[in-house]
Amino acid sequence: MTVKYTEEHEWIRIEGDTGVVGITKYAAEQLGDVVFVELPDMGRVVEAGGDMAVVESVKAASDVYAPVAGEVTATNDVLADAPETVNADPEGEGWFVKLKLADVVALDALMDASAYAAFCEGL
Amino acid sequence: MGDIVANDLKRTPLHALHEALGAKFAPFAGYEMPIQYPGGILAEHHHVREKAGLFDVSHMGQGFLTPVDWDMGPDASDADHAAISALLGELTPSDLAGLERGEMRYSLLLNDDGGVEDDFMVARAWTSDSQGMLFLVVNAACKDADFDLIDRKLKGRANLLRAEHRALLALQGPKATDVAAQICPAANNMVFMNARRMPTTIDGVEMDTIWSRSGYTGEDGFEISVPTEHARSLADALLAHNDVKPIGLGARDSLRLEAGLCLYGHDMDAARTPVEASLTWAVAKSRRERADFPGAARILKQIEDKPAERRVGLRLLDKAPAREGADIATKSGEIIGKITSGGPGPSYGAPIAMGYVARAYAAPGTELDIIVRERPRAAEVVKTPFVRQNYYRG
Repeated sequence: MTVKYTEEHEWIRIEGDTGVVGITKYAAEQLGDVVFVELPDMGRVVEAGGDMAVVESVKAASDVYAPVAGEVTATNDVLADAPETVNADPEGEGWFVKLKLADVVALDALMDASAYAAFCEGL
Repeated sequence: MGDIVANDLKRTPLHALHEALGAKFAPFAGYEMPIQYPGGILAEHHHVREKAGLFDVSHMGQGFLTPVDWDMGPDASDADHAAISALLGELTPSDLAGLERGEMRYSLLLNDDGGVEDDFMVARAWTSDSQGMLFLVVNAACKDADFDLIDRKLKGRANLLRAEHRALLALQGPKATDVAAQICPAANNMVFMNARRMPTTIDGVEMDTIWSRSGYTGEDGFEISVPTEHARSLADALLAHNDVKPIGLGARDSLRLEAGLCLYGHDMDAARTPVEASLTWAVAKSRRERADFPGAARILKQIEDKPAERRVGLRLLDKAPAREGADIATKSGEIIGKITSGGPGPSYGAPIAMGYVARAYAAPGTELDIIVRERPRAAEVVKTPFVRQNYYRG
């Protein structure tokens, strides 16, 4: 199972031609209590690095960007009634979106787990 | 108050305690303040509603105002209270002369146009020998400007002692009285909006504290002014109680929003009158009759004619919070106002906000939209407070 990470603290897990996207544990800890997640409509086409979702903590709203380009094929309905799932399990049950990948090669430019861990160390 | 650190932010006397408790800090009004502790803002919010929370609000400005030729002692009299009330009354629309001994009031500093320069708390001295002294607590972001304004306007007539050697702690929540019973039992003899300078003794050390039954959460509780050198031991004694947890400014904001309390600089400012800010109740009847406060002509006309816009509470019907700056629109899309504070209402159970709307849309029950990320979100004007205030009125 391949998981890649962005400098904006999104993760993407590759499942065939689909990527499951969420925010990292580091991001969830920085945000604090998540109270709302705004997810994109099904079928929306997102650009790499473009706006994909919004996550709101008690204090503020933060944009979540698409790690790579693709089309939204699923969103995590659990988050509507249980946004706290993002804090409880950010890199599992707290996923945001499934994308049908438009450009698999672009994944190569993202960080792997050890590179992302080193990146967070440096923050 | 406090030391200047490398990032130019001041620190309160309890900074080391916040660090030891694992606080996340953020700049607020020139201070490095604890925003939350490891449990998180939502847990802190609920803890205050259910048990009791301790807030460090030492960044706020404290001061003592007296007539110029005044001394504490047997010569101090009710006439001195009348005198100092008349002086501070030149800057506020409050009936300060009508304060009882040991009574506190919410008041407003007004500019000559009737705009709100700050909101603040003022208390009349409790003991006979200190009549003529008023205790003031003003907002951190405004304290220098407020105190300069008071100095300038009352020059040669009143003395303002800025209490820079005092910290301020707030103990808020239904268990606050249990804690006070162990620390300063006499505090529980006060009702909401009483204030008394009375000592607190911790480990045999007597502290010159001022307790008031007041706060900024909508809950019963106290605010305690304490000399800086004793702030830590008082905070430690309060935190030693099982029901007390430290609470950061994050939960302070969500608690005060639910309680319908304004945050200066957001929910009102120097361009807004008390009438527009829905604080007409803070303009005393006796002062209206005399029309002798700053901006009286404009304010009295607004009371008579109703203002063009006023502050209202709003409930979001969906789950997306609306934040400060969001436009408020009619159902047909006309922009009629702006949000000034907003966020989740953890105890209310839905996102809540305050904002200004054109008068025609200010009635509770009015259906409006709030524009969040370019999409209209259904909202409804509701009465504030959003959650019941649990003040102890005896």
